[in-house]
Amino acid sequence: MFVSYKWLQDYIDLTGVSASELAEKITKSGIEVEGVEILNEGIKGVVVGHVLEREQHPNADKLNKCLVDIGAEEPVQIICGAPNVDKGQKVAVATVGAKLPGNFKIKKAKLRGEESNGMICSLQELGMEGKIVPKEYVEGIFVFPADAEVGTNALALLNRDDEVLELGLTPNRSDCLSMLGVAYEVAAILGREVKLPETSLEPSNEKASDYVKVVVEAREDNPLYVAKIIKNVKIAPSPLWMQTRLMSAGIRPHNNVVDITNYILLEYGQPLHAFDYDRLGSKEILVRRAQDGEKFTTLDDVERTLTSDHLVITNGTEPVALAGVMGGANSEVTEDTTTVLLEAAYFNGQTVRKASKDHGLRSEASARFEKGVDPNRVRIAGERAAYLMAKYAGGKVLEGAAEVDTLTVEPAVVSITLEKINRVLGTELEMSQVKEIFDRLQFEASVDGNTITVTAPTRRGDIRIEEDLVEEVARLFGYDNIPMTLPVGSSTPGKLSAYQKKRRIVRQYLEGAGLYQAVTYSLTSEDKAAQYALEKREAIRLAMPMSEDRSVLRLSILPQLLEVVKYNSARQNDSLAVYETGNVFLANGADALPDEKEHMAAAITGLWTNHSWQGEKKPVDFFVLKGILEGLFAKLGITEKVDYVQAQVDGLHPGRTAEIKLNGSVIGFIGQVHPSVQKDLDLKDTYVFELSLKAILEEETEDLHYVAIPRFPSITRDIALVANKETVSGALKNIILEAGAPLLKEAQVFDLYEGDKMEEGKKSIAFSLKYADPERTLTDEEVTKVHEKVLSALEEKSGAVLRG
Amino acid sequence: MQERLKELQAEAIQKVEQSASLKELNDIRVAYLGKKGPITEVLRGMGKLSAEERPVMGALANEVREAIAVKIEAKQADLEEAAVQAKLASETIDVTLPGRPVKVGNHHPLTKIIEEIEDLFIGMGYEVAEGPEVEQDYYNFEALNLPKGHPARDMQDSFYITEEILLRTHTSPVQARTMEKHEGKGPIKIICPGKVYRRDNDDATHSHQFMQIEGLVVGENIRMSDLKGTLEVFAKKMFGEDREIRLRPSFFPFTEPSVEMDISCKMCGGHGCNVCKQTGWIEILGAGMVHPNVLEMAGYDSKKYNGFAFGMGPERIAMLKYGIDDIRHFYTNDVRFLKQFAVEE
Ligand SMILES: [Zn+2]
Repeated sequence: MFVSYKWLQDYIDLTGVSASELAEKITKSGIEVEGVEILNEGIKGVVVGHVLEREQHPNADKLNKCLVDIGAEEPVQIICGAPNVDKGQKVAVATVGAKLPGNFKIKKAKLRGEESNGMICSLQELGMEGKIVPKEYVEGIFVFPADAEVGTNALALLNRDDEVLELGLTPNRSDCLSMLGVAYEVAAILGREVKLPETSLEPSNEKASDYVKVVVEAREDNPLYVAKIIKNVKIAPSPLWMQTRLMSAGIRPHNNVVDITNYILLEYGQPLHAFDYDRLGSKEILVRRAQDGEKFTTLDDVERTLTSDHLVITNGTEPVALAGVMGGANSEVTEDTTTVLLEAAYFNGQTVRKASKDHGLRSEASARFEKGVDPNRVRIAGERAAYLMAKYAGGKVLEGAAEVDTLTVEPAVVSITLEKINRVLGTELEMSQVKEIFDRLQFEASVDGNTITVTAPTRRGDIRIEEDLVEEVARLFGYDNIPMTLPVGSSTPGKLSAYQKKRRIVRQYLEGAGLYQAVTYSLTSEDKAAQYALEKREAIRLAMPMSEDRSVLRLSILPQLLEVVKYNSARQNDSLAVYETGNVFLANGADALPDEKEHMAAAITGLWTNHSWQGEKKPVDFFVLKGILEGLFAKLGITEKVDYVQAQVDGLHPGRTAEIKLNGSVIGFIGQVHPSVQKDLDLKDTYVFELSLKAILEEETEDLHYVAIPRFPSITRDIALVANKETVSGALKNIILEAGAPLLKEAQVFDLYEGDKMEEGKKSIAFSLKYADPERTLTDEEVTKVHEKVLSALEEKSGAVLRG
Repeated sequence: MQERLKELQAEAIQKVEQSASLKELNDIRVAYLGKKGPITEVLRGMGKLSAEERPVMGALANEVREAIAVKIEAKQADLEEAAVQAKLASETIDVTLPGRPVKVGNHHPLTKIIEEIEDLFIGMGYEVAEGPEVEQDYYNFEALNLPKGHPARDMQDSFYITEEILLRTHTSPVQARTMEKHEGKGPIKIICPGKVYRRDNDDATHSHQFMQIEGLVVGENIRMSDLKGTLEVFAKKMFGEDREIRLRPSFFPFTEPSVEMDISCKMCGGHGCNVCKQTGWIEILGAGMVHPNVLEMAGYDSKKYNGFAFGMGPERIAMLKYGIDDIRHFYTNDVRFLKQFAVEE
C-alpha cells in the first residue's frame, strides 16, 4: 500500500510529524514502512507554461517550434518533439536552469538551428512511471486543465511535492489497505483524532429501487449487495488532484466515474464497480454462481470460460461482471455513459480468490475482497462515491439504493485480565495504561476491576482472541519498553543426542581426512534419482514440479556429488575430495510419508598426494578411499562388524567395487566410477562410496575397557604364499587367523605380486604373522607347531602354499 | 736421554697440533706411543743407566707419554667436533620450502553456522530436535494455525506430492511434533535445524531449497520478555557484543503477538548504508509467543502453558556474516568457495 503523506492529512492532523518521522513511528508500532519516496526528488525549476504559438520547425518534420508564456517578462521559444503539443495548452515547462531526474540540467540550446529555452515535459520526464500516466499522455506531453495558473510550480500542481510511504502489510493488517485504515492506525500512534470524509447527498425525488431490482441467489458468496443509481453523469477527466492522488498510489487515471471508484477503493478499502446502466439490457441485477462452461468477456476483451466455482453478476440472464474481480466488456462505462449503476458489495474472500486465481486476474480490488473488507463500510463507501460523482461528474444521485442484505455483522468482544497481559509480556503495566491504549485505537473498552472488555471495530477483523489484545498493547506500549529476561523455572540440560554427537564426529573425521563437505539439492531428475540407489524403490514425484531437473526426491546422494566433481573438474579443480551427509527418500505408497534415511557419500578424484618439489605424486585409488572408511569405522568402534565383499553395482567398475556389510547386511558400497560414466561426465578416475549413515550411527558400540599392555615379547613369522589369483586376501587372512588361534594375534598382508614371473593364474602374497601369549614368553617349538597348522590349513582350504 | 725425551715430546706435540684429520692424528699416536715408537726405543736404552737414574728416567718417560696422550685426546675431541660441525653444515636445508601437504577439508558454511547456533542454544539448555523433510499438510500447516484456504499459505507456496503430503516449507512441523510427543507437559526447549523447500525460482536471493533453524520454548511461565532476553543473548554471541537489537511487531499465523528482530547494522554502525537499505537495521529473524491455537492443537492447556518460538535462515545469516552475495553459492559447492570456511573462529 502506497500512502501519500499529503493525502493522509485529509483525515488526520500531522502537524509536527514529518513523513520520515511518521514512517519510523509506524514501523516501530507494527507496520513495516519499506520505503519513503520523495516524489519531487532531484527536480526543480518546472513551471506551468501557456503555449501561445506553435508552428512546425523549419528544418525538422517531427519538431515543433513553440512560443511559451512561462510567467516571465517575455515569452520564450521552446523546441518540442511531442506529437500532441499545441497552441493554447497549459503545459509543464522545465525552464533554463531546471533540473530533471537523473541529474539532467536544462540549458539554452539550438536544435537544428532554432533556439530552445527550456523543455516541455511529459510526466515520464518528471519521474513518473509510464504505466500510471493517463493513456492519452503516455506518448506525449501532459496537458493541464485550462485554469492552471501560468508561472506557478507545476510539480505542486501535480502533487509531486509529496512523499509516499510504502507499507509492507502482513495478511492480518488488511485494514491498512485503505487511507482511512492507515489514519486510524496513525491516530492510535499519535493520539490524535480521525476526520471522516464528506458523504452528504442532495435529496432526490426519484428512487433507485424504481430503476433496478437486486436478487442474490448465492447469499453465502454475497451477503450484501447495494446498487445505487446516478443519472446525468458527464464522462470527463477527473479533477487533477484526484488523478494525481491515484497516480501517487500507483493507479492510472481513466475518467471521472472510474477514477472515483478507484479513489474510494483507496480511501475506504472498499472495491466498487460502475456499470453503464443503459448497457445492462435489463432492470435487474441477479447474483449467482456461473454455470460450468459459461462464457464471459471481461473488460480487457478476453473471453473467459467459467465454472460453478465462480460468482457472477448478471442482468438476470447474461453475466455482466465476474464478482469482485473484473467487469464485463458488455456493460463497461464509456464516454457516452449517462447513467451509472454503482455496485457496493461484500463478496466472500475465498470465492473471489478462487476466481482471481483461476483467471490470473489479481487486482487491487480482488486483493481487498480476498483479505476481507470491513462489512460496515460497504454502504458508506457507496454513498461517498455517489457524493463524488455528483460533485465531479455532474451526476444526480437517486434516493436510496436497491439492495439485498443478509449480512450479520457481529463485532468481536474480548475480555482479558491485566494479570494475563503482564504475565505474557513480562511487564508491570497499570490498567489505566492499558485502557489508554485501547482508547487511542478507538476500540470500545470497559474496565471492571482487573478485567478489561474490548469491542473491536469491524475494520479490525484480525482482533478475535485475548492474545490479539496482548499484541495491541505490546506494540503500542512499545517493544523497546518490554524488559529483557531469561526463562525461569525448571531448567533443562542442553545436549546433543548420541546420534547427533556421532554425526558431528563423522563430519569432523572425514574433513580431517581431507574431504570437503558439500550440500546439494534433494530434488533431482527422474533418471538421476535412481542411479546408485542402495534401495530400489520408486522415486517420489512432485505433483507440480517447477522443472524436470527438480521433479523427484533423491534415492541416493552420489549422482549430485558426481555433479559437484564434474563442476569443479571443469574449473581446473580436478583433484578433489568431497562428501555429503543427508536424507534420501524411500516411498511407502501414495498416502504414507516416505522413509527418510540419512546417507553419507563421498567422491575423490585426481591426485591424492601431490608434494610437487619432492616429486611425490600419487593419484587416488580404491585403497585411499577404503582406508578413510576403515579409519572411520575404527573411530566408531565397528571395525569388527564390517566386511567388504566384491560386488557389482550399476555405474561402478565391475572389478573394483565392494559392498560394505555391517553385521552381514549390506549398508553401502565403495568402488570406482565406471569408466564409461567417467567418460560421460568428463572425469578422471573417481572413487566413491555411499552408505547408510543411519546404520553405522545407530550401531551400538561396546563400552571401552582397558586391556593390559603385553609384558612378554611376541614372535613374528613372515610367510610368502603362492595362491590362486582369484583367492582374495581377506579369505586367506581368515584361514590364517582361524587356524592360528589363540596364540596367533595378527596377520597382516605386507606384499603382493601378480607380475609375469608368476605361473599363469597365480599370485604371490605375503603375510606377517604375530604370535604372543599374555602370560609368558613363547618358545620357538610352540610357535612352530601352530605355524605348521596354519600352513596346512592354508593349503587344505585354499591351495595356497609357501613360495619355494 | 732426558733431552731426547723432551725433544720427542716437543716434536710430537707440534705434529699433533698441526694434524688436520683423525687419521693423521691416529698415525701420530701409533708413531709416538706405539710399541715400536721412539719413546719405547728410548726406554730400551735404560739398561745402560744406573739404578738411581732408572726410576727417574722411567718416570720422565711416562710423563712425556702422558703429555702426548693428553694432547692427542684434546686434539681428537677438537677434530671430532669440527667433523660434526662440517657434517651439520653440509646438511643445511631450505626451511622456506613448503611442507608435505596434509589434506584437510572443512565444514560447509551452512553447517558451520548451524552448529554455531546449535552450540549457543545447547549452552542455554536447549536440545536439538529433527523431523521429516517430507511432511503431512497437518503438521506443516494445520497444526500451526494455518487451516486449508488460509491466505498466509500463499506466503509460502509449497511443493506438494499429494494433497496431504508436501515438502516441508519450514522446520516448524518439528515443533508441532515435539509438542505432541510431550503430551501437554512442559518444559520444552528445543532448536530445530533442517532443510526446507519452497516454490521459488533459484536466483541470487532465492533458492527452492534452503536451511532453517527454529527454536521453541514451552513452559508454565514463559513471557515475551524472556523471548526478548533470549534473542539478545543469541544476537550478541552470534554477531558481536556491540550489536543492538530491536523488535518490531509482525505477523505469523503460529505466533501472537509476533515480532521481527533486527540487529544494528555492523557496516555503518546504524547510520544507514546500502547493506541495511539506509535503515541502520538488518532483519535477522521472526519470532513470537506461541499462538494458543497451536498449543491447544498439540494438547496443551493454553490457559496454563505458553511459550515462545523463533526462526531464522542460516543462508541469510551466513551471507550477512561472511559477506556472500549470491545464495546459489551454497548449493554449487565450488571448492574455491567451500575452502574459504576452514578457519575456526
Ligand atoms: Zn548499514
